[in-house]
Amino acid sequence: MTDTKGKVVSVNGNLVSVRFDGNVSMNELCYVIVDGTKLKSEVIRIRGDIAQIQVYEMTGGIKCGDDVEFDGDMLSAQLGPGLLGQIYDGLQNPLPVLAEQAGWFLQRGVYAEGLDSEKKWEFTPTAKAGDTLRAGEYIGTVPEGPFTHKIFVPFYLLGTYKLKSIADKGEYTVNETVAVITDERGREINVSMSFKWPVKRAVNCYSERLAPVETMETKVRLIDSLFPVAKGGTYCIPGPFGAGKTVLQHTTSKYADVDIVIIAACGERAGEVVETLTEFPELTDPKTGRSLMERTIIICNTSSMPVASREASVYTSVTLAEYYRQMGLNVLLLADSTSRWAQALREMSGRLEEIPGEEAFPAYLESYIAAFYERAGYVRLPDGTTGSVTIGGTVSPAGGNFEEPVTQATLKVVGAFHGLSRERSDARKYPAIDPLISWSKYKCVIDPAKSAFFKSMIFHGSEIDSMMKVVGEEGTSLEDYIVYLKSEVLDSVYLQQNSFDPVESNCGTVRQRYVTDKLVYVLGSDYALDNKDDARDFFNRIRQRFIDWNYTEFESNAFKNAEGEIDALYNEGKGKTTREAELLLKGGE
Amino acid sequence: MSKVYNKIESVTGNVITVKAEGIRYNELAQINTRFGKSLAQVNKIDGDIVSLQVFAGGKGVSTGDEVRFLGHEMRVSFSDDLIGRIFNGSGEPRDKGPALSDNMQPIGGPSVNPTKRILANRMMRTNIPMIDMFNTLVVSQKLPIFSISGEPYNQLLARIALQAEADVIVLGGMGLKYDDFLYFKEELSNGGALSKTVMFIHTASDPTVECMMIPDMSLAVAEQFALQNKDVLVLLTDMTNFADAMKEIAITQEQVPSNRGYPGDLYSQLAARYEKAVDFNDSGSVTVLAVTTMPGDDVTHPVPDNTGYITEGQYYLKGGRIEPFGSLSRLKQNVNGKTRKDHRALMDSMIRMYSSYRETLEKKNMGFSMSRWDEKLLKYGKLFEDKLMDLSVNLTLEEALDLGWEILAECFEKDETGIKSDLTDEFWPK
Repeated sequence: MTDTKGKVVSVNGNLVSVRFDGNVSMNELCYVIVDGTKLKSEVIRIRGDIAQIQVYEMTGGIKCGDDVEFDGDMLSAQLGPGLLGQIYDGLQNPLPVLAEQAGWFLQRGVYAEGLDSEKKWEFTPTAKAGDTLRAGEYIGTVPEGPFTHKIFVPFYLLGTYKLKSIADKGEYTVNETVAVITDERGREINVSMSFKWPVKRAVNCYSERLAPVETMETKVRLIDSLFPVAKGGTYCIPGPFGAGKTVLQHTTSKYADVDIVIIAACGERAGEVVETLTEFPELTDPKTGRSLMERTIIICNTSSMPVASREASVYTSVTLAEYYRQMGLNVLLLADSTSRWAQALREMSGRLEEIPGEEAFPAYLESYIAAFYERAGYVRLPDGTTGSVTIGGTVSPAGGNFEEPVTQATLKVVGAFHGLSRERSDARKYPAIDPLISWSKYKCVIDPAKSAFFKSMIFHGSEIDSMMKVVGEEGTSLEDYIVYLKSEVLDSVYLQQNSFDPVESNCGTVRQRYVTDKLVYVLGSDYALDNKDDARDFFNRIRQRFIDWNYTEFESNAFKNAEGEIDALYNEGKGKTTREAELLLKGGE
Repeated sequence: MSKVYNKIESVTGNVITVKAEGIRYNELAQINTRFGKSLAQVNKIDGDIVSLQVFAGGKGVSTGDEVRFLGHEMRVSFSDDLIGRIFNGSGEPRDKGPALSDNMQPIGGPSVNPTKRILANRMMRTNIPMIDMFNTLVVSQKLPIFSISGEPYNQLLARIALQAEADVIVLGGMGLKYDDFLYFKEELSNGGALSKTVMFIHTASDPTVECMMIPDMSLAVAEQFALQNKDVLVLLTDMTNFADAMKEIAITQEQVPSNRGYPGDLYSQLAARYEKAVDFNDSGSVTVLAVTTMPGDDVTHPVPDNTGYITEGQYYLKGGRIEPFGSLSRLKQNVNGKTRKDHRALMDSMIRMYSSYRETLEKKNMGFSMSRWDEKLLKYGKLFEDKLMDLSVNLTLEEALDLGWEILAECFEKDETGIKSDLTDEFWPK
C-alpha cells in the first residue's frame, strides 16, 4: 500500500472516479472500501487529481466519499510451483478456495492467494554461492507433477547479481527464502520460490526470439495436414454460434502435442468449464501417462462474472504461459473467446466516453489484440534451451459475419486462420473449419505438395458443386461429376473427423502421412466408370471403406484388413494412377 | 433514517437527477408524484448529482416531488407464500393478495462459483415429443425459444409450465399483451399449475423500467428455491422486450450505442441473467426457457445473436411447430443415452428421413416426377408432421418413441431406415 489516499467522486457502472492526493500510476491496483469490504480495482485513466478506475467487482453500494487505497503495484500474477491443475478466476483467485470461504456464490471482496502458502515443495539447489545471475536464470528446481519446475531469479530484477547464499536441498513453502542475492551495490535481496509479475507486461527474459518452425500436432487431420499451427505460433478460430468453436478447442486441449495447456474461459458459459473440470481428471495425458489435469491450468471468468476481470483474465493466462515457457516447456494457451474480451474493452471505453471506432469498439482495439498475440513465440532461453507459447483464440463475430472489427484485427496478426462456417456445421460436418476460406502460414505435417493437391481438389469440387446447382446433374459432364465425387470423398473421410471416437479423434502425424498417401493414390487415379450412377455408387463404396479404415487402430490387423479392402475395390474399379499423382507419391518417398 | 429531497434537478425520459449526498450506487428511492408512489433506482452518481431511473416512468414527475432514499438495493421477499402469487416488476402484488415484506433477498446477486456446479445430466420431461424426443431439455439448461412475432410461443410456454417435471415454476413476463397475461393466468389455474407457480408480470402498458427488473426478480426467487433443494423452471417471455428496455434507458442516458442502438454491454447483461441457470452440487437447480422474438425472422439481429452465444442451443418456433433443423439442445447427449436404448438411433433416423422428405417436397414443387421412394417419403413426412411435430401432441417420451416406430413401419421396410438391425428386431412393430 502507498500513502496515497483517495475518495470516490462518481460512480457509473463499474467505472468509478476517485479524487486522490499524492502519486498514482497508470494501471495501478487500488481498493474501494465499501462498508469494510475492499473491492479490487485498476486505474485506467488519470486526469489532474481525478483517477478513473475500473472495479473488478459489482459496484452496487458504493457512494461518494468512500475511501480508496492505492496498492502501488500493477495487477500481478503470483508465479511459483503449484499453478498446475488449478482453477483460477481472472484475478488468479483459486475458485475452490473461494468456495470454501464464501460458499455457493462468488462473494465480492473475497480474495485468496494464487499459490498455497502452507504447502511444502522439495527444493534442489542448482546454483552455488558466488555464481553471477541475471533475471530469468534459475537457482534451483522443484518437482511439480510430471515437470521439473525451475526456481528463477525474479524477472523484474534488472542488472546482474551475485548469489550470496542458497538453501540446502529440502522442503520449503513458496514464501520461504531459499536464496540471498546481492546487487552491484552489495544490497541483499531475498529470493523465495515465488514472485509476482504484472500481467499486462510481457515476460522478456529470453536471449532471442526464433521463428516458429516446428509444427504443433493437434491430431485433427484438417488442421495438421492443411491448416497447421506451429509451436510458438498463433491462430484464431472465428465462427458463428453453434459452429463448434468450443468443442474444437476442447479436443485440442486434450490431444495437442505440448507440455502444458492453459485454458482461458473468457466470458463464456460456466457449464463448459464444469465439463472440463469433470472430464479432465479422468483422462490421461498420452505424453506422461498421468492425469490430464496435471498439465492443465484453467482460468475461468465466465460470462456472468464482472466484466473488468474478464479483461484481466486473458493477461493472467498469458503470463502463466510465459512463466512455464521460461522453463523450456511448450505451452498452449487457448483463449475462448477473445471477442468477449474485446467487448469488455468496448464497455469500458463507452463508460470513459471515448470517441468510438467501428461498431463502437475503441480505436486501440487493434493494437491491444496485436500486443496480446505477440506474446506468443518460440524463444531461446538464457540456458540455451528453447520454449514456446502458442496462442489459439476463438472469435465470436456478431451475426457470424467475419467483416467485423475483432475478426479483422485478429486476422492481421495471427499465423493461421481456421474459419468455421454455418453451412458446414449445419450439415453436421465436424470440424466445421471451411477449407475454402481458411489459411495457414506454418509448415504442415504432410508433404506440402500433397496438401496443395488436396486443397485444389476441394476447390474444384466446390466449383463444380455450385455449377451443378444451376445446370443440374444432367448438365454436368461425367468427368466433372467424378471430380466432384472425389472431393466429396476427401471431405468426408479426411477433413471430417469424429471427435467422440477415441481412435478417430486422435490421428497422429505418422498415420496422417500414411492415409494421405493412400488418398493421393486412390483419388489421383482414373477409373473405368461408364455413367454417373456407376460413379456415385463406386465412390460411395470407396468412402465407406475409408471411414471404416479410420476407425481401426493404426497398424493393427483390422487396419491392414480394412486397407486391403480399399485396394481390392481399387482393383475392381480398374484404377490407374494419373501422372500428377505418381509424381506426388514419388516426391513423398 | 432515510434521506428526503424535495428538488428534482432534471427529468429526461424515465431518468431523473437529484442533488444528494451519501447516496449509494444501485440504491432504491421512493418518489411521490401526484399519480402516487413509485420506486426509483440510482444508476449513476457524479459528485452530488444522482441519476435515478423511475420505475413508473418520468411522465408527470414534477421538479418539486419528494424523493426519499431507502438505503438498500432492490430486493424481493422470499418465502413459500410466494407460490401462487402474481407480482409486478416492483415486487408489488398484481393479484388481490397481500404485499409480502419478510425475508427480503437482494436481486441480481453474484454468480455461482463454477466449482459448486455439477455437470447437467438429468432430463426434464415436458411430454412434448419435439422436445423430449428430438431436442431433450436438460435440468439446469438455458434455452431460448427463437420465434417470429405471431407464433404461439406463449401457448407453448404455458403448456411447458403445465407439463414440465419441475417443483416450482417461475414465470417472468416482459412487455406482455394484457390478454396474454390473462391467458397465462387462466391456463395455469385451469391446469392446476398455479399451486406451484410464481409470476412476475410486466405488461406492455406498464413502465419500461419495471420491465428490466422482471428477469432479476424471477431468477432471484428461483435461485432461493433451488437452494432449498427444489428443481425450478424459469419461463421468461419475451427477452427481446427486456433488451429493448435496456436500449431505451441507455439511449436516454446518452450511452454510446454499439449495434443497432443496443448498449455495448448487451452480451454481458443477457449472460448475467441466463447464467443463473445452474445445477447446484448437493442442492436444487434452475432451468431457464426464454422466448426471444426475432425481429423480421433475422437470427443475426443483436438480441438473438448474442443470446445464441450465451445459451446451450435453441428451440426454433416456426409455422406453429418446433423446427427440427434450426433447433438444437446442446446438452441432449448428456441424457438421451440413458433414456431408452432406441432413443438416439430412432431420433437420428427420423430426422434424416424428414430431411430427405423436405428435399423431395422441393423436387415435387418444381414439377419433377416422383419415384416410389419419393412417394414413401411424402407419406412419411405428412405423418411425422401431423403425429409428432404438431404442437398439440401430448405424449410421454416412451409413447412418442413407440409412435415413431409405428410411423416408420407404416412407410418403410426395416432396412430402408438405416437403423442397426438389433434395434429394429426388438422395436419394429409386428
